[in-house]
Amino acid sequence: MTGWELLTAIVGMSAITLITRGFFFLQRAQLPVPGWLLEGLRYAPLAAMVAVVAPEVVMTQGQLIGTWKDPRLFGAAAATGWFFWRRDMFGTIVVGTTVLLALRLGLGW
Amino acid sequence: MSEVSAGAPAVWRHAEFRRGAREMTGIALGISAWGVVAGVAMANSSLGTAWAVVMSLVVFSGTGQIASLPLINSGAPLWVVWATVVCVNLRFVIFSLQWRPYWVHLPLRWRLGAAYFCADLNYVTFVRRFPEPRPAPEQWPYFWGGMIVNWGAWQVSSLLGIALAHHLPMQWGLSFAGTTALLALTYTLVSDRATWIAAAVAACAAVAAYALPLRLNILVAIAAAVAVGVVIDHAKPKAAPKAA
Repeated sequence: MTGWELLTAIVGMSAITLITRGFFFLQRAQLPVPGWLLEGLRYAPLAAMVAVVAPEVVMTQGQLIGTWKDPRLFGAAAATGWFFWRRDMFGTIVVGTTVLLALRLGLGW
Repeated sequence: MSEVSAGAPAVWRHAEFRRGAREMTGIALGISAWGVVAGVAMANSSLGTAWAVVMSLVVFSGTGQIASLPLINSGAPLWVVWATVVCVNLRFVIFSLQWRPYWVHLPLRWRLGAAYFCADLNYVTFVRRFPEPRPAPEQWPYFWGGMIVNWGAWQVSSLLGIALAHHLPMQWGLSFAGTTALLALTYTLVSDRATWIAAAVAACAAVAAYALPLRLNILVAIAAAVAVGVVIDHAKPKAAPKAA
């Protein structure tokens, strides 16, 4: 792509992000959205996070992993244990990543 | 717009501004690992360093940026790039429905600012802090406190990734650090049986629908979790039934 094309692409991507993020609050018109759906949306943030995390932990190149000897499983388990023990974000990241590195570099998994 | 000039300095001094910033700090630290990875990916694409910096500073949508790179590399037409970004951003349309009661009464200028900056993490921490969908004066400072930390951490780490693109070993380790940050954030959102079940359903749906293009499996997971959540909420008798 040329410079102008790249600039157009980037400005367009930025505008698209702005419009999708503000889709239902940039306009003030009344919404035909039923109440039960609005209430059910309280599950949406949780679902979005899980939908990003789960494949990162249990899938490789689009396939479910077929072995338990995957360092990500143990890293995620250690992070989970630490989180529910200490409720501490930073420690969770450090513990999970340390276990992953130890298994991959130490045992070559 | 006297509200803006009167409101702006008060935002920084508000206690909720600090609280928003504090509650975002741990998460932003983890997510900056993903920022570095995104920066490396941009710098190694056909964008080159200068355009990678421009994209990082202008777009502020990690998934949109990453999704666009292979298309830009292969010289795809502009509309294909844009359509892809629309698809990976569809989750924001759902989120915006939930943002609406908090922001819809504000002046358009403010809402445009909120729309530009309301990334996933701001949404998750905000809805956790203010579960009742009613506007309150402390919401705006809270949002901006979290926003500045999240935006700052993302930009610094992304630019760092661009700068160090050719000198970074073990990027898989960095990307797993980002995953554990999101994992911890996810755990702060599960509180009762209903949320655990919804989370399990979302995980299965996201993995089962992974083959869908453009990360549409995220939308499938949201739809499945919301559907199951609605069923659970309506199956159990409520002490104070709301209008259904």
